[in-house]
Amino acid sequence: MIEAIESALDFLPAGLVTLIIIVGKILVLVLPLMGAVAYLTLAERKVIGYMQVRIGPNRVGPRGLLQPIADAVKLMFKETILPAKANRFLFIAGPILTLAPALAAWAVVPFDDGLVISNIDASLLYILAMTSLGVYGVIIAGWASNSKYAFLGALRSAAQIVSYEIAMGFALVGVLVAAGSLNLGEIVEAQRGSLGIINWYMIPLLPLFIVYFIAGVAETNRAPFDVAEGESEIVAGFHVEYSSMTFSIFFLAEYANMILIALLTALMFLGGWLSPLHGILPASLLEGEGVLALLLGDGIHWLLAKTSFFLFLFLWFRATFPRYRYDQIMRLGWKIFIPITIVWLLVAAAMVVWKIGPWFN
Amino acid sequence: MTAITNYFKSLILIELFRGLVLTGKYFFRKKITVQYPEEKTPMSPRFRGLHAQRRYPNGEERCIACKLCEAVCPALAITIDSEERDDGTRRTTRYDIDLTKCIFCGFCEESCPVDAIVETRHFEYHGENRDDLYMTKEKLLAVGDKMEKQIAADRAADAPFR
Repeated sequence: MIEAIESALDFLPAGLVTLIIIVGKILVLVLPLMGAVAYLTLAERKVIGYMQVRIGPNRVGPRGLLQPIADAVKLMFKETILPAKANRFLFIAGPILTLAPALAAWAVVPFDDGLVISNIDASLLYILAMTSLGVYGVIIAGWASNSKYAFLGALRSAAQIVSYEIAMGFALVGVLVAAGSLNLGEIVEAQRGSLGIINWYMIPLLPLFIVYFIAGVAETNRAPFDVAEGESEIVAGFHVEYSSMTFSIFFLAEYANMILIALLTALMFLGGWLSPLHGILPASLLEGEGVLALLLGDGIHWLLAKTSFFLFLFLWFRATFPRYRYDQIMRLGWKIFIPITIVWLLVAAAMVVWKIGPWFN
Repeated sequence: MTAITNYFKSLILIELFRGLVLTGKYFFRKKITVQYPEEKTPMSPRFRGLHAQRRYPNGEERCIACKLCEAVCPALAITIDSEERDDGTRRTTRYDIDLTKCIFCGFCEESCPVDAIVETRHFEYHGENRDDLYMTKEKLLAVGDKMEKQIAADRAADAPFR
Protein backbone atom coordinates (compact mmCIF):
# COMPACT_ATOMS: atom_id res chain seq x y z
CA MET A 1 0.00 0.00 0.00
CA ILE A 2 2.86 2.37 0.83
CA GLU A 3 4.33 1.76 -2.65
CA ALA A 4 1.00 2.71 -4.20
CA ILE A 5 0.93 5.99 -2.30
CA GLU A 6 4.55 6.64 -3.27
CA SER A 7 3.81 6.17 -6.97
CA ALA A 8 0.65 8.29 -6.74
CA LEU A 9 2.69 11.15 -5.25
CA ASP A 10 5.41 10.77 -7.90
CA PHE A 11 5.16 14.38 -9.05
CA LEU A 12 6.30 15.71 -5.64
CA PRO A 13 9.96 15.90 -4.58
CA ALA A 14 11.18 12.66 -3.00
CA GLY A 15 11.85 14.23 0.42
CA LEU A 16 8.30 15.54 0.64
CA VAL A 17 6.86 12.13 -0.25
CA THR A 18 8.84 10.53 2.58
CA LEU A 19 7.62 13.19 4.98
CA ILE A 20 4.00 12.70 3.93
CA ILE A 21 4.28 8.96 4.40
CA ILE A 22 5.88 9.30 7.84
CA VAL A 23 3.22 11.78 8.98
CA GLY A 24 0.55 9.51 7.54
CA LYS A 25 1.89 6.52 9.49
CA ILE A 26 1.96 8.58 12.69
CA LEU A 27 -1.63 9.71 12.17
CA VAL A 28 -2.77 6.16 11.48
CA LEU A 29 -1.31 5.17 14.84
CA VAL A 30 -2.06 8.22 17.00
CA LEU A 31 -5.67 8.88 16.00
CA PRO A 32 -6.94 5.39 16.93
CA LEU A 33 -4.81 5.63 20.07
CA MET A 34 -6.55 8.85 21.08
CA GLY A 35 -9.90 7.22 20.40
CA ALA A 36 -8.86 4.25 22.51
CA VAL A 37 -7.81 6.59 25.33
CA ALA A 38 -11.15 8.40 25.17
CA TYR A 39 -13.14 5.20 25.30
CA LEU A 40 -10.89 3.72 27.96
CA THR A 41 -12.08 6.51 30.27
CA LEU A 42 -15.67 5.49 29.53
CA ALA A 43 -14.82 1.82 30.05
CA GLU A 44 -13.18 2.70 33.35
CA ARG A 45 -16.24 4.53 34.63
CA LYS A 46 -18.54 1.77 33.43
CA VAL A 47 -16.47 -1.12 34.84
CA ILE A 48 -15.92 0.52 38.20
CA GLY A 49 -19.59 1.49 38.28
CA TYR A 50 -20.65 -2.09 37.59
CA MET A 51 -18.38 -3.41 40.33
CA GLN A 52 -19.97 -0.91 42.74
CA VAL A 53 -23.46 -2.11 41.68
CA ARG A 54 -24.08 1.13 39.81
CA ILE A 55 -24.62 1.49 36.07
CA GLY A 56 -22.18 4.30 35.29
CA PRO A 57 -22.66 7.05 32.71
CA ASN A 58 -25.60 6.35 30.37
CA ARG A 59 -27.06 9.76 29.55
CA VAL A 60 -24.96 11.12 26.66
CA GLY A 61 -25.80 9.17 23.53
CA PRO A 62 -26.97 5.55 23.40
CA ARG A 63 -25.79 3.77 26.58
CA GLY A 64 -23.48 6.70 27.31
CA LEU A 65 -21.30 6.06 24.29
CA LEU A 66 -20.82 9.75 23.52
CA GLN A 67 -19.73 10.57 27.08
CA PRO A 68 -15.97 10.78 26.28
CA ILE A 69 -16.71 13.21 23.45
CA ALA A 70 -18.77 15.40 25.75
CA ASP A 71 -15.94 15.28 28.31
CA ALA A 72 -13.36 16.25 25.69
CA VAL A 73 -15.45 19.16 24.45
CA LYS A 74 -15.99 20.36 28.01
CA LEU A 75 -12.27 20.22 28.79
CA MET A 76 -11.35 22.07 25.58
CA PHE A 77 -13.66 25.00 26.29
CA LYS A 78 -12.55 25.49 29.88
CA GLU A 79 -10.05 28.15 30.81
CA THR A 80 -6.40 27.21 31.24
CA ILE A 81 -5.45 28.77 34.54
CA LEU A 82 -1.84 29.77 35.08
CA PRO A 83 -1.13 30.20 38.79
CA ALA A 84 0.27 33.69 39.49
CA LYS A 85 3.51 32.48 41.05
CA ALA A 86 4.03 29.47 38.80
CA ASN A 87 6.94 29.24 36.41
CA ARG A 88 5.07 29.86 33.17
CA PHE A 89 7.46 28.14 30.80
CA LEU A 90 7.91 24.99 32.87
CA PHE A 91 4.21 24.93 33.76
CA ILE A 92 3.34 24.53 30.10
CA ALA A 93 6.34 22.31 29.36
CA GLY A 94 5.34 19.80 32.07
CA PRO A 95 2.32 18.28 30.34
CA ILE A 96 4.08 18.30 26.97
CA LEU A 97 7.05 16.45 28.45
CA THR A 98 4.64 13.88 29.86
CA LEU A 99 2.71 13.28 26.67
CA ALA A 100 5.60 13.32 24.18
CA PRO A 101 7.44 10.24 25.53
CA ALA A 102 4.13 8.46 26.12
CA LEU A 103 3.37 8.79 22.41
CA ALA A 104 6.97 8.42 21.16
CA ALA A 105 7.22 4.97 22.75
CA TRP A 106 4.52 3.75 20.36
CA ALA A 107 6.85 4.21 17.37
CA VAL A 108 8.52 0.85 17.91
CA VAL A 109 5.52 -1.19 19.03
CA PRO A 110 4.68 -3.90 16.49
CA PHE A 111 1.01 -4.76 16.01
CA ASP A 112 1.47 -7.66 13.66
CA ASP A 113 4.33 -9.32 11.83
CA GLY A 114 6.04 -6.30 10.25
CA LEU A 115 3.25 -3.88 11.13
CA VAL A 116 5.39 -1.32 12.96
CA ILE A 117 6.33 2.31 12.32
CA SER A 118 10.01 1.89 13.08
CA ASN A 119 11.42 -1.62 13.25
CA ILE A 120 14.60 -0.95 15.25
CA ASP A 121 16.72 -3.64 16.87
CA ALA A 122 16.86 -2.10 20.33
CA SER A 123 13.14 -1.42 20.58
CA LEU A 124 12.92 -2.84 24.12
CA LEU A 125 15.63 -0.44 25.32
CA TYR A 126 13.96 2.42 23.47
CA ILE A 127 10.65 1.72 25.19
CA LEU A 128 12.31 1.45 28.60
CA ALA A 129 14.01 4.80 27.98
CA MET A 130 10.85 6.51 26.75
CA THR A 131 8.59 5.31 29.55
CA SER A 132 11.17 6.46 32.13
CA LEU A 133 11.34 9.92 30.54
CA GLY A 134 7.68 10.49 31.40
CA VAL A 135 8.62 11.11 35.03
CA TYR A 136 10.39 14.35 34.05
CA GLY A 137 7.08 15.82 32.97
CA VAL A 138 5.57 14.92 36.35
CA ILE A 139 8.51 16.37 38.31
CA ILE A 140 8.57 19.56 36.24
CA ALA A 141 4.80 19.98 36.53
CA GLY A 142 4.95 19.52 40.31
CA TRP A 143 7.85 21.94 40.65
CA ALA A 144 6.53 24.62 38.28
CA SER A 145 3.10 24.71 39.96
CA ASN A 146 4.67 26.32 43.05
CA SER A 147 2.18 24.48 45.27
CA LYS A 148 3.01 22.18 48.15
CA TYR A 149 0.57 19.47 47.20
CA ALA A 150 1.82 19.41 43.62
CA PHE A 151 5.39 19.27 44.88
CA LEU A 152 4.65 16.40 47.27
CA GLY A 153 2.91 14.53 44.48
CA ALA A 154 5.88 15.03 42.18
CA LEU A 155 8.31 13.79 44.84
CA ARG A 156 6.25 10.69 45.51
CA SER A 157 5.85 9.99 41.82
CA ALA A 158 9.56 10.37 41.15
CA ALA A 159 10.57 8.06 44.01
CA GLN A 160 7.99 5.47 43.00
CA ILE A 161 8.82 5.43 39.31
CA VAL A 162 12.55 5.24 39.97
CA SER A 163 12.17 2.25 42.29
CA TYR A 164 9.78 0.32 40.06
CA GLU A 165 11.86 1.06 36.99
CA ILE A 166 14.49 -1.31 38.36
CA ALA A 167 12.15 -4.25 38.90
CA MET A 168 10.60 -3.57 35.52
CA GLY A 169 14.01 -3.44 33.85
CA PHE A 170 15.04 -6.75 35.41
CA ALA A 171 11.80 -8.35 34.23
CA LEU A 172 12.58 -7.12 30.74
CA VAL A 173 16.11 -8.54 31.00
CA GLY A 174 14.49 -11.90 31.71
CA VAL A 175 12.50 -11.63 28.48
CA LEU A 176 15.64 -10.54 26.66
CA VAL A 177 17.55 -13.57 27.95
CA ALA A 178 14.72 -15.88 26.96
CA ALA A 179 14.19 -14.47 23.48
CA GLY A 180 17.80 -13.55 22.72
CA SER A 181 16.70 -10.33 21.09
CA LEU A 182 15.82 -6.75 21.96
CA ASN A 183 13.46 -6.44 19.00
CA LEU A 184 9.83 -6.72 20.07
CA GLY A 185 8.81 -8.43 16.83
CA GLU A 186 11.48 -11.08 17.31
CA ILE A 187 10.49 -11.53 20.95
CA VAL A 188 6.96 -12.36 19.84
CA GLU A 189 8.15 -14.71 17.11
CA ALA A 190 10.41 -16.47 19.64
CA GLN A 191 7.23 -17.45 21.50
CA ARG A 192 5.85 -19.24 18.46
CA GLY A 193 5.62 -22.97 18.90
CA SER A 194 3.51 -26.01 18.21
CA LEU A 195 2.01 -25.98 21.72
CA GLY A 196 0.28 -22.61 21.52
CA ILE A 197 -0.31 -21.04 24.91
CA ILE A 198 2.26 -23.25 26.62
CA ASN A 199 4.98 -21.81 24.42
CA TRP A 200 4.31 -18.26 25.60
CA TYR A 201 6.79 -16.72 28.04
CA MET A 202 4.16 -16.29 30.74
CA ILE A 203 4.72 -19.94 31.68
CA PRO A 204 8.52 -20.12 32.08
CA LEU A 205 8.76 -16.48 33.19
CA LEU A 206 5.62 -16.42 35.37
CA PRO A 207 7.15 -14.44 38.28
CA LEU A 208 8.67 -11.93 35.87
CA PHE A 209 5.31 -11.64 34.12
CA ILE A 210 3.51 -10.82 37.36
CA VAL A 211 6.27 -8.48 38.55
CA TYR A 212 6.30 -6.71 35.19
CA PHE A 213 2.58 -6.12 35.16
CA ILE A 214 2.41 -4.94 38.78
CA ALA A 215 5.44 -2.69 38.21
CA GLY A 216 3.67 -1.41 35.11
CA VAL A 217 0.63 -0.49 37.21
CA ALA A 218 2.98 1.33 39.58
CA GLU A 219 4.82 3.04 36.70
CA THR A 220 1.61 4.50 35.34
CA ASN A 221 0.64 5.73 38.83
CA ARG A 222 -2.59 3.77 38.77
CA ALA A 223 -4.49 2.42 41.76
CA PRO A 224 -3.43 0.81 44.09
CA PHE A 225 -0.14 2.67 43.55
CA ASP A 226 -1.64 6.09 42.93
CA VAL A 227 -0.02 7.92 45.86
CA ALA A 228 1.24 10.52 43.37
CA GLU A 229 -2.36 11.62 42.92
CA GLY A 230 -3.66 10.49 46.29
CA GLU A 231 -6.80 12.59 46.20
CA SER A 232 -7.60 11.85 49.83
CA GLU A 233 -4.19 13.02 51.05
CA ILE A 234 -2.69 15.56 48.66
CA VAL A 235 -5.77 16.65 46.69
CA ALA A 236 -4.63 15.57 43.21
CA GLY A 237 -0.87 15.47 43.56
CA PHE A 238 1.26 16.86 40.79
CA HIS A 239 -1.61 18.15 38.67
CA VAL A 240 -3.67 20.07 41.28
CA GLU A 241 -2.95 23.40 39.60
CA TYR A 242 -3.74 22.21 36.09
CA SER A 243 -7.03 22.80 34.33
CA SER A 244 -8.55 22.46 30.90
CA MET A 245 -6.29 21.14 28.10
CA THR A 246 -3.12 21.12 30.20
CA PHE A 247 -4.91 18.77 32.59
CA SER A 248 -6.35 16.64 29.83
CA ILE A 249 -2.85 16.19 28.35
CA PHE A 250 -1.76 14.57 31.63
CA PHE A 251 -4.86 12.44 31.41
CA LEU A 252 -4.11 11.43 27.82
CA ALA A 253 -0.53 10.55 28.74
CA GLU A 254 -1.61 8.44 31.72
CA TYR A 255 -4.08 6.44 29.67
CA ALA A 256 -1.75 6.13 26.68
CA ASN A 257 0.84 4.73 29.10
CA MET A 258 -1.72 2.30 30.50
CA ILE A 259 -2.50 1.00 27.03
CA LEU A 260 1.22 0.80 26.25
CA ILE A 261 1.95 -1.26 29.37
CA ALA A 262 -0.97 -3.59 28.62
CA LEU A 263 0.20 -3.97 25.02
CA LEU A 264 3.81 -4.64 26.02
CA THR A 265 2.74 -7.25 28.57
CA ALA A 266 0.72 -8.95 25.84
CA LEU A 267 3.65 -8.77 23.42
CA MET A 268 6.35 -10.01 25.76
CA PHE A 269 4.55 -12.60 27.87
CA LEU A 270 1.37 -13.54 26.04
CA GLY A 271 2.70 -14.08 22.54
CA GLY A 272 1.49 -10.79 21.04
CA TRP A 273 -0.39 -11.48 17.84
CA LEU A 274 0.08 -15.26 18.04
CA SER A 275 -3.15 -17.21 18.15
CA PRO A 276 -3.76 -19.17 21.36
CA LEU A 277 -5.35 -21.92 19.27
CA HIS A 278 -2.03 -23.36 18.04
CA GLY A 279 -1.78 -26.91 19.27
CA ILE A 280 -5.54 -27.09 19.95
CA LEU A 281 -6.87 -26.82 16.42
CA PRO A 282 -5.12 -28.45 13.44
CA ALA A 283 -2.64 -26.16 11.70
CA SER A 284 -4.61 -26.36 8.45
CA LEU A 285 -7.45 -24.38 10.07
CA LEU A 286 -5.14 -21.58 11.22
CA GLU A 287 -3.33 -20.90 7.96
CA GLY A 288 -4.54 -19.86 4.55
CA GLU A 289 -6.81 -17.22 3.14
CA GLY A 290 -10.33 -18.04 4.34
CA VAL A 291 -12.31 -15.93 6.81
CA LEU A 292 -12.08 -18.68 9.42
CA ALA A 293 -8.30 -18.84 9.09
CA LEU A 294 -8.08 -15.07 9.38
CA LEU A 295 -10.16 -15.10 12.56
CA LEU A 296 -8.58 -18.13 14.23
CA GLY A 297 -5.02 -17.64 12.99
CA ASP A 298 -2.40 -15.13 14.10
CA GLY A 299 -3.33 -11.52 13.69
CA ILE A 300 -3.70 -8.08 15.21
CA HIS A 301 -7.09 -9.02 16.70
CA TRP A 302 -5.46 -11.44 19.13
CA LEU A 303 -3.05 -8.72 20.23
CA LEU A 304 -5.92 -6.28 20.77
CA ALA A 305 -7.90 -8.89 22.70
CA LYS A 306 -4.95 -9.60 25.00
CA THR A 307 -4.35 -5.88 25.47
CA SER A 308 -8.01 -5.35 26.36
CA PHE A 309 -7.75 -8.09 28.96
CA PHE A 310 -4.85 -6.33 30.68
CA LEU A 311 -6.63 -2.99 30.47
CA PHE A 312 -9.63 -4.60 32.15
CA LEU A 313 -7.24 -5.80 34.87
CA PHE A 314 -6.09 -2.20 35.40
CA LEU A 315 -9.70 -1.16 35.98
CA TRP A 316 -10.46 -4.25 38.07
CA PHE A 317 -7.51 -3.47 40.34
CA ARG A 318 -8.71 0.08 40.76
CA ALA A 319 -12.17 -1.10 41.76
CA THR A 320 -10.76 -3.65 44.22
CA PHE A 321 -7.64 -2.55 46.04
CA PRO A 322 -7.21 0.26 48.53
CA ARG A 323 -4.22 2.54 48.02
CA TYR A 324 -0.85 1.27 49.28
CA ARG A 325 0.83 3.25 52.00
CA TYR A 326 3.92 5.03 50.72
CA ASP A 327 6.44 2.99 52.73
CA GLN A 328 4.67 -0.23 51.69
CA ILE A 329 5.12 0.72 48.06
CA MET A 330 8.83 1.20 48.61
CA ARG A 331 9.08 -2.08 50.53
CA LEU A 332 7.28 -3.96 47.76
CA GLY A 333 9.46 -2.47 45.06
CA TRP A 334 12.87 -2.81 46.68
CA LYS A 335 12.60 -5.76 49.06
CA ILE A 336 10.24 -8.09 47.18
CA PHE A 337 10.16 -7.40 43.46
CA ILE A 338 13.87 -6.85 42.91
CA PRO A 339 14.94 -10.05 44.74
CA ILE A 340 12.25 -12.06 42.91
CA THR A 341 13.34 -10.77 39.53
CA ILE A 342 17.03 -11.37 40.23
CA VAL A 343 16.38 -14.95 41.33
CA TRP A 344 14.17 -15.67 38.35
CA LEU A 345 16.70 -14.07 36.02
CA LEU A 346 19.14 -16.78 37.12
CA VAL A 347 16.47 -19.44 36.66
CA ALA A 348 15.68 -18.15 33.18
CA ALA A 349 19.36 -18.05 32.27
CA ALA A 350 19.75 -21.64 33.50
CA MET A 351 16.72 -22.72 31.47
CA VAL A 352 18.23 -21.14 28.37
CA VAL A 353 21.69 -22.59 28.95
CA TRP A 354 20.41 -26.14 29.54
CA LYS A 355 17.79 -25.73 26.77
CA ILE A 356 14.82 -26.64 28.93
CA GLY A 357 11.89 -27.53 26.67
CA PRO A 358 9.41 -26.79 25.26
CA TRP A 359 10.51 -23.16 25.32
CA PHE A 360 14.25 -23.08 24.82
CA ASN A 361 15.11 -26.21 22.83
CA MET B 1 5.67 -21.69 61.41
CA THR B 2 2.76 -19.28 60.97
CA ALA B 3 5.26 -16.66 59.89
CA ILE B 4 6.44 -18.94 57.10
CA THR B 5 2.93 -19.85 55.92
CA ASN B 6 1.94 -16.19 56.06
CA TYR B 7 5.00 -15.33 54.01
CA PHE B 8 4.05 -17.79 51.29
CA LYS B 9 0.41 -16.75 51.45
CA SER B 10 1.37 -13.16 50.79
CA LEU B 11 3.82 -14.22 48.10
CA ILE B 12 1.17 -15.99 46.05
CA LEU B 13 -1.15 -13.01 46.51
CA ILE B 14 -3.99 -15.21 47.75
CA GLU B 15 -5.80 -12.41 49.56
CA LEU B 16 -5.56 -10.09 46.60
CA PHE B 17 -7.09 -12.75 44.36
CA ARG B 18 -9.91 -13.21 46.86
CA GLY B 19 -10.60 -9.49 46.66
CA LEU B 20 -10.60 -9.63 42.88
CA VAL B 21 -13.05 -12.55 42.93
CA LEU B 22 -15.38 -10.56 45.19
CA THR B 23 -15.44 -7.47 42.97
CA GLY B 24 -15.66 -9.78 39.96
CA LYS B 25 -18.85 -11.24 41.39
CA TYR B 26 -20.33 -7.81 41.97
CA PHE B 27 -19.56 -6.94 38.34
CA PHE B 28 -22.38 -9.28 37.32
CA ARG B 29 -24.81 -8.36 40.11
CA LYS B 30 -28.12 -6.72 39.32
CA LYS B 31 -27.57 -2.96 39.46
CA ILE B 32 -29.51 -1.04 42.07
CA THR B 33 -29.32 2.41 40.47
CA VAL B 34 -32.69 4.21 40.37
CA GLN B 35 -32.68 6.40 37.28
CA TYR B 36 -34.55 9.22 38.98
CA PRO B 37 -36.68 11.21 36.58
CA GLU B 38 -37.89 8.00 34.89
CA GLU B 39 -37.88 5.69 37.92
CA LYS B 40 -38.86 6.59 41.46
CA THR B 41 -38.54 4.82 44.76
CA PRO B 42 -41.76 3.86 46.57
CA MET B 43 -43.06 6.54 48.95
CA SER B 44 -44.67 6.20 52.38
CA PRO B 45 -48.08 7.80 53.16
CA ARG B 46 -46.19 9.60 55.91
CA PHE B 47 -43.90 11.33 53.41
CA ARG B 48 -43.21 14.92 54.43
CA GLY B 49 -43.11 17.12 51.37
CA LEU B 50 -44.71 20.43 50.45
CA HIS B 51 -47.25 21.80 52.97
CA ALA B 52 -50.96 22.19 52.33
CA GLN B 53 -54.00 23.59 54.15
CA ARG B 54 -57.10 21.41 54.02
CA ARG B 55 -60.80 22.26 53.88
CA TYR B 56 -63.90 20.43 55.09
CA PRO B 57 -66.08 18.89 52.36
CA ASN B 58 -68.45 21.87 52.60
CA GLY B 59 -65.62 24.17 51.58
CA GLU B 60 -64.94 25.66 55.01
CA GLU B 61 -61.22 25.83 55.87
CA ARG B 62 -60.23 23.54 58.73
CA CYS B 63 -57.75 25.76 60.48
CA ILE B 64 -59.09 27.26 63.73
CA ALA B 65 -56.03 29.43 64.44
CA CYS B 66 -55.10 27.58 67.65
CA LYS B 67 -51.45 28.40 66.87
CA LEU B 68 -50.18 25.05 68.16
CA CYS B 69 -48.18 24.61 64.98
CA GLU B 70 -46.66 28.06 65.33
CA ALA B 71 -45.70 27.22 68.91
CA VAL B 72 -44.23 23.78 68.10
CA CYS B 73 -42.35 24.78 64.96
CA PRO B 74 -38.64 24.33 65.85
CA ALA B 75 -37.49 26.48 62.91
CA LEU B 76 -39.93 29.33 63.62
CA ALA B 77 -41.11 29.07 60.03
CA ILE B 78 -44.84 29.60 60.74
CA THR B 79 -46.49 32.97 61.32
CA ILE B 80 -50.23 33.19 62.19
CA ASP B 81 -52.61 36.13 62.72
CA SER B 82 -56.26 35.55 63.62
CA GLU B 83 -59.55 37.37 64.15
CA GLU B 84 -63.13 36.59 65.14
CA ARG B 85 -65.49 36.19 62.25
CA ASP B 86 -69.08 37.47 62.12
CA ASP B 87 -70.41 33.98 62.94
CA GLY B 88 -68.33 33.93 66.12
CA THR B 89 -65.65 31.47 64.97
CA ARG B 90 -61.95 32.18 65.19
CA ARG B 91 -60.14 31.98 61.84
CA THR B 92 -56.73 32.97 60.52
CA THR B 93 -56.19 36.17 58.61
CA ARG B 94 -52.62 35.22 57.90
CA TYR B 95 -51.00 31.79 57.79
CA ASP B 96 -47.48 31.86 56.35
CA ILE B 97 -44.86 29.12 56.14
CA ASP B 98 -41.39 30.16 55.09
CA LEU B 99 -40.08 27.11 53.21
CA THR B 100 -36.54 28.45 53.31
CA LYS B 101 -36.70 28.09 57.10
CA CYS B 102 -38.81 24.92 57.29
CA ILE B 103 -36.93 21.72 58.16
CA PHE B 104 -39.81 19.41 57.20
CA CYS B 105 -39.94 17.80 60.65
CA GLY B 106 -43.71 17.29 60.47
CA PHE B 107 -44.37 18.68 63.98
CA CYS B 108 -46.99 21.13 62.65
CA GLU B 109 -48.95 18.28 61.10
CA GLU B 110 -48.51 16.25 64.28
CA SER B 111 -49.74 19.01 66.57
CA CYS B 112 -52.77 20.06 64.51
CA PRO B 113 -56.01 19.10 66.34
CA VAL B 114 -58.15 19.41 63.18
CA ASP B 115 -55.74 17.99 60.55
CA ALA B 116 -55.67 21.37 58.82
CA ILE B 117 -51.95 21.75 58.10
CA VAL B 118 -50.50 18.68 56.42
CA GLU B 119 -47.38 17.76 54.51
CA THR B 120 -48.05 16.18 51.13
CA ARG B 121 -46.10 13.77 48.94
CA HIS B 122 -45.29 16.59 46.54
CA PHE B 123 -41.56 17.34 46.74
CA GLU B 124 -40.59 18.27 43.17
CA TYR B 125 -41.13 22.02 43.39
CA HIS B 126 -38.79 24.93 43.15
CA GLY B 127 -38.74 28.68 43.47
CA GLU B 128 -36.93 31.13 41.27
CA ASN B 129 -36.79 33.71 44.04
CA ARG B 130 -37.39 33.69 47.76
CA ASP B 131 -40.98 34.86 47.42
CA ASP B 132 -41.85 31.67 45.58
CA LEU B 133 -40.81 29.68 48.64
CA TYR B 134 -42.86 31.82 51.03
CA MET B 135 -46.16 29.96 51.30
CA THR B 136 -49.09 32.24 52.13
CA LYS B 137 -52.51 31.03 53.26
CA GLU B 138 -53.87 31.28 49.70
CA LYS B 139 -51.04 29.24 48.26
CA LEU B 140 -51.38 26.60 50.99
CA LEU B 141 -55.11 26.30 50.45
CA ALA B 142 -54.55 26.04 46.69
CA VAL B 143 -52.14 23.14 47.21
CA GLY B 144 -54.65 21.52 49.54
CA ASP B 145 -57.50 21.91 47.02
CA LYS B 146 -55.37 20.44 44.27
CA MET B 147 -54.14 17.42 46.24
CA GLU B 148 -57.09 16.76 48.57
CA LYS B 149 -57.74 13.28 47.18
CA GLN B 150 -54.19 12.11 47.76
CA ILE B 151 -54.01 13.83 51.15
CA ALA B 152 -57.24 12.19 52.34
CA ALA B 153 -56.11 8.76 51.09
CA ASP B 154 -52.75 9.11 52.87
CA ARG B 155 -54.43 10.16 56.17
CA ALA B 156 -56.80 7.18 55.91
CA ALA B 157 -53.92 4.79 55.23
CA ASP B 158 -52.02 6.05 58.26
CA ALA B 159 -55.02 6.34 60.60
CA PRO B 160 -54.75 2.79 62.11
CA PHE B 161 -51.23 3.61 63.38
CA ARG B 162 -52.04 6.93 65.02
